Amino acid sequence: MLAEALWLSAILFVIGTAGVLVRRNAIIMFLCIELQLNAVNLSFVALSRYLGIEGQLYVFFVMTVAAAEAAVGLAIIISIFRHYETVNVDNFNLLKW
Amino acid sequence: MADIFFFIFAAMAVGGGVGVVLQKNPIGSLLFMVGTLASIAGIYVLLEAHFLAAIQIMVYAGAIMVLFLFVIMLLNLGHDYRRDFRFGLGMFVAFAISGAIAGLLVRQFGGAEANPIYAHFPGPEGMDQLLREEGVIGAIATPLFTDYVVAFELTGILLLVALVGAIAIAKRKV
Repeated sequence: MLAEALWLSAILFVIGTAGVLVRRNAIIMFLCIELQLNAVNLSFVALSRYLGIEGQLYVFFVMTVAAAEAAVGLAIIISIFRHYETVNVDNFNLLKW
Repeated sequence: MADIFFFIFAAMAVGGGVGVVLQKNPIGSLLFMVGTLASIAGIYVLLEAHFLAAIQIMVYAGAIMVLFLFVIMLLNLGHDYRRDFRFGLGMFVAFAISGAIAGLLVRQFGGAEANPIYAHFPGPEGMDQLLREEGVIGAIATPLFTDYVVAFELTGILLLVALVGAIAIAKRKV
């Protein structure tokens, strides 16, 4: 089942990448980043079935970091929305040259 | 039997992922994401990671997705049905490169038992024995509170910093 799980993880990661690149809605881009994190977690768990329990520990840490990242990222999105009244990233061009 | 369940969960996960990307309404995207996370939790169960499957449902599909839903509803974005897709040449290049890297990694680490990399590691039998001896929680808890205790404490500090930072950013006048 290892090879199948790794393929599934690769497919989910590429779907997440496509979502980040295609969508312009900041919240959905954020959701797609979570999808990428989950794809990596899946490959960690699949490999931990063969290589030892450490893979599951790393997934534990990745989940904690993902929770912290979601909290801070959504706070940034709220802050941006109050300024621009939109979450479409095409409007956020202050750092663009 | 496990293989059939694996393919059912895999199809649900991929379908949910495609739904997240293609759905126009953010709330629809979010519900597809919950389905994807739940099916990934099912795959964790098939891979004998029961503790992580429970955490996946409770923390990811529960807490984090509800946080997203709160923000969508707080900002009143649930009525947005416009298309916001943007395609470009750079996107296709980046997409192809990420797909190629993922495929190469799968080829490198797949092939399971035949690959000589796996000869030095416990393998499924060793893992099953570990789970039988220590239990599902104990197998994770023992290294977490001995070898990785520093990382564990740092995670606590990270969560505190994220909590304070999130409140400070969201409260600030802009």
